[in-house]
Amino acid sequence: MLRLEQRPQPSRMWVYLTPLVAVVITMIAGGALFAALGKSPVEAIATIFWEPLFGEFAFYYRPQLLVKAAPLILIAIGLSLGFRAGIWNIGAEGQYILGAICGAGVALAAYPSENVLIFPAMIVAGAFGGWAWGMIPALLRVKFGTNEILVSLMLVYVAEQLLAAMSLGLMRNPEGHGFPGSRNLQQYEAAHNAELITGSGLHWGVAAALIAVIFAYILLNRHILGYHIRLTGQAPRAARFAGVRPNRLILFCLGTSGALAGLAGMFEVAGPSGQISIDFNVGYGFTAIIVAFLGRLHPVGIMLAGLLMALTYIGGEIAQSNLQLPAAAIQLFQGMLLFFLLAVDVLVQFRLRWIRTEAA
Amino acid sequence: MSTPLLSLSGLTKAYPGVVANDNVSFEIQPGEVHALLGENGAGKSTLVKMIYGLVRPDSGQMMLHGKPFAPTRPSAARAAGVAMVFQHFSLFDALNVAENVALGMENPPPMGDLATRIRDVSATYGLPLDPSRTVGELSAGERQRVEIIRCLLQDPRLLIMDEPTSVLTPQEVDILFETLRKLTSEGVAILYISHKLEEIRTLCDHATILRLGKNVGTCIPRETSARDMAELMVGSAFAAPERARRNLGEVALELRDLNAASPSAFGTSLKGISLSVQQGEILGLGGVAGNGQDELLAALSGEIRSDAEAVRFMGEPIGRLGPGPRRKMGLLTAPEERLGHAAAPDMSLTENALLTGAEREHLMQRGFLRWGAAEAFARRIISAFDVRTPGPDVAARALSGGNLQKFVIGREVMQRPSVLVVNQPTWGVDAAAAAAIRQALLDLAAKGTAIICISQDLDELMEISDRFGALNEGRLSEIRPAQGLSVDEIGLMMGGAHGMEVAHV
Repeated sequence: MLRLEQRPQPSRMWVYLTPLVAVVITMIAGGALFAALGKSPVEAIATIFWEPLFGEFAFYYRPQLLVKAAPLILIAIGLSLGFRAGIWNIGAEGQYILGAICGAGVALAAYPSENVLIFPAMIVAGAFGGWAWGMIPALLRVKFGTNEILVSLMLVYVAEQLLAAMSLGLMRNPEGHGFPGSRNLQQYEAAHNAELITGSGLHWGVAAALIAVIFAYILLNRHILGYHIRLTGQAPRAARFAGVRPNRLILFCLGTSGALAGLAGMFEVAGPSGQISIDFNVGYGFTAIIVAFLGRLHPVGIMLAGLLMALTYIGGEIAQSNLQLPAAAIQLFQGMLLFFLLAVDVLVQFRLRWIRTEAA
Repeated sequence: MSTPLLSLSGLTKAYPGVVANDNVSFEIQPGEVHALLGENGAGKSTLVKMIYGLVRPDSGQMMLHGKPFAPTRPSAARAAGVAMVFQHFSLFDALNVAENVALGMENPPPMGDLATRIRDVSATYGLPLDPSRTVGELSAGERQRVEIIRCLLQDPRLLIMDEPTSVLTPQEVDILFETLRKLTSEGVAILYISHKLEEIRTLCDHATILRLGKNVGTCIPRETSARDMAELMVGSAFAAPERARRNLGEVALELRDLNAASPSAFGTSLKGISLSVQQGEILGLGGVAGNGQDELLAALSGEIRSDAEAVRFMGEPIGRLGPGPRRKMGLLTAPEERLGHAAAPDMSLTENALLTGAEREHLMQRGFLRWGAAEAFARRIISAFDVRTPGPDVAARALSGGNLQKFVIGREVMQRPSVLVVNQPTWGVDAAAAAAIRQALLDLAAKGTAIICISQDLDELMEISDRFGALNEGRLSEIRPAQGLSVDEIGLMMGGAHGMEVAHV
């Protein structure tokens, strides 16, 4: 009989090992799933993980990897701060949309000026939009004790409505022949979040993600505020005893994660996406939750997890077109990753022991 | 001699890295109260868990009524006539007494019958208890009665009691002892676990003493001095705390009509508490658990805010300040709950040193942490307070209760507080560590720190405090000089501050 036994200390080795084990198990279970769908499991797995990096068209897919990973990492870093403290922002998708709307709003208002300050102003506006949207659940929680999980999640749908209203109304491209959607910022140089090195996929959002990783690392490991965040998540009573003010922490964590999500939205709308449109948001805010946990809520882990997640996205798309795998199977595959991670996670705190069954 | 009720021979149980019981043998006769003595970690719990069927021994044998006895489950032990009252009660606050009792039974009778039986048993054994009362409203002593009656309804031949008096007032202890004596007169044997030596001397017929999992001796408590028993437990002579004469300075901390609501629904709100403590003085506050101790500590640490004027530190009103500013001024506290309140269980000792030491020990610079300094501070605590641990990187929860307590108290003492408030400083701590902690408090007072020691251990309070008061339902009794207080007087103070005024008229 297998039995779980609590470890005296959380295992350091397993903290680093569980993501890898989870990926391997996901490959096996996913392979079985693909086999059941009548595809070759080896080919499907290879398409997802190998093709984007080293396949024939890798020169096209590799930059895509950065483009997709950057918003995931940027958002997940913000979320991880709150998650560490037990503050659950589930509405990053909404904050991402608001960041995009505010950032694009600045650009569209300034159009066609070519002032060099436009792009910095868009960055500030994007961060502000996300921050403000994040402050709604934060203030409601602080003032009235509402549940931030529900409020932040509900606000995603409000944000989506707002996005639709903007693309159909206020921000619609006056020269767009009545089609929904704003001007394309890729064609507006002062506002364009262009690649810093052509063909690399490296835009300002990627740089921002990298900076966020470094800042989060310093915050969590070297600063009293990061210590208080970790303390609050691990032992809330001890945190109050230490002098942490829970309300301030809620405002900080929801505000910061909102601002980072807003930045991600702004970089996206000014760069890869180019315009405010009804289907602008593609679920980065939700996927970032998976990325945050897959990365162990650790900044460096999140960076790696973001890249891995981006890989499965791109690989998944290739598998869809090359192998005719259904989109749902790909989503299931990604879901498995989180599922197995959480399942294997138990080994950090517990160890498995074989126990001979005795006749009772 | 008749066949013993229970005999243990060569019981051994090893856990990874530690032998909890090593070849333990002893016998319990019918109708005797047998004490099981030992420090924390001596293996008492493991031993009784084996008798109660919660843990299986690796080797060795148990005989009950002369027949082999190897319970695989507590229910099997209960069926054989072994019952146990745990130190921590397993009762549901929202249910009434009878319902709680029924939940612990294999085949509960109809509620009406059960209530009658509870009344019968409580009358027979002098344990007043109304089966229809809600458990949430009961005092700790009454809750214990629920547990005891639950056991007695099964007609046990052996009753195991794990530190039963830790939650009782002296008067309640007397009632409990009466009950236990009545039980033994009927031939029931009692295995009594405690480390309160005086109590064992009054109650118990035999004592078995465990140290580091081994049976290191037996004695007849009535004929053995408490000091000798303590030395058997610890394995060496240990010094009783020394009290130097202290000069009292000015008033360091003063409470004036402090009222504070408890943050938890089942907590006790503080009502009109006034006290003052001078530099160099130790004020002992007794009282049964759950009478406002946690709330008083929180009101002093800053976790609960009050009117500014209600708490004065060196003359300054600080009632509105939070824990950080108060700590900075020199008012330090050590709460009762080690894991999760005084320390974060999964964090290392270095990180836990930072928890209260960051400001006063300069462990941070403009908000940036100086990990080297924090680790050095943790190391200093570890060496000054003899905390047994492989090093400061170990998680707090990996330490034994006594060692973590030494660390937590040490962390505050090392920061040279002007006022130190401790709650249950030696709860669940072995005798040697407890003596070390008390000595540290006395030394600190000798250097001029004002100390408030909240504790349920009256011996401890009498040993170290200059003045004594008791908390009851969130009120504070009159505060009197500790010297010369009799146990009866203390009991009255603990039983209700209001009654005292009448008694003095």
